[in-house]
Amino acid sequence: MTLDATDRLILNRLQEGLPIAPDPFGTVAGELGLDTTDLIARLARMKAARVITRFGPFFDASAMGGAFCLCAMAVPADEFEAVMTKVNAYSQVAHNYQRDHWLNMWFVLATETEDEIGSVAASLARETGYDVLRFPKLREFFIGFRVAA
Amino acid sequence: MSIDATDRRIIAATQAGLPLVPEPYAAVAAGLSLPEAELCERLRSLQARGVIRRIAAAPDHYALGLVANGMSVWDVDDAQVGALGARVGALDCVSHCYERPRALPDWPYNLFAMIHGTSRHEVEQKRAQISALLGDACRGGDILYSTRILKKTGLRLRPKEG
Repeated sequence: MTLDATDRLILNRLQEGLPIAPDPFGTVAGELGLDTTDLIARLARMKAARVITRFGPFFDASAMGGAFCLCAMAVPADEFEAVMTKVNAYSQVAHNYQRDHWLNMWFVLATETEDEIGSVAASLARETGYDVLRFPKLREFFIGFRVAA
Repeated sequence: MSIDATDRRIIAATQAGLPLVPEPYAAVAAGLSLPEAELCERLRSLQARGVIRRIAAAPDHYALGLVANGMSVWDVDDAQVGALGARVGALDCVSHCYERPRALPDWPYNLFAMIHGTSRHEVEQKRAQISALLGDACRGGDILYSTRILKKTGLRLRPKEG
């Protein structure tokens, strides 16, 4: 879909956050000089077209309990597909990306407990024959990424 | 930070998103048999405690033309990584910024910043900006471009009972 100037205005504004009040779209529409019905219709259209991937609360996963860890492996090219199949078979592997680097496989482990991160990583290493480097988050620097639409 | 059973029900009911209707909180509250005022109060409290970061729209990077992204990594002096990480994270082009442990001797990098742009050229320009910002506190860096998504299931929260 093609975005017009109003769509872009809405997208930029709604990355900032929706008010928590009975008529949140009315408040935002008022700020932007739009009609509430038009605002909601445009949001629905952008969501249907997947320009908006998600609209709602964004949760801090770690605040909910559970553990997360970025991991990386260096896998020889001729074994890459076979190792990938083994790694992806783990339900604890949430995302997995190939990257152009000697550390060429990067994935996130998501487990119920901190201990499970270590045991899953060890099990992956055993099963594939390659080291699993762990890069847990020590500190997160946020501010909030805003895409200029 | 305590999240009670009602908070968990709210999280479960909203993690797929809010309905796009004129009174979205009233609609969610009705589904949970809660008064709207209580739902809003709880959402505000969850946000104040950082469980909810914000209630917002997440645009698709690709749909907006941000087709290039690279994971930039930096070897930053430990004494300065806190202050500098906050400044890197504040840049518009950086979507995630973390301090992580080094894996010496092969991996000297302790600051990770995901850079988005409309082209690799733009990503490289942003990377040069970060390099300038880090200055002498940085002993080296690298950038890793993704070439293929091997798996993407999303981090769906599984609120426990109680």
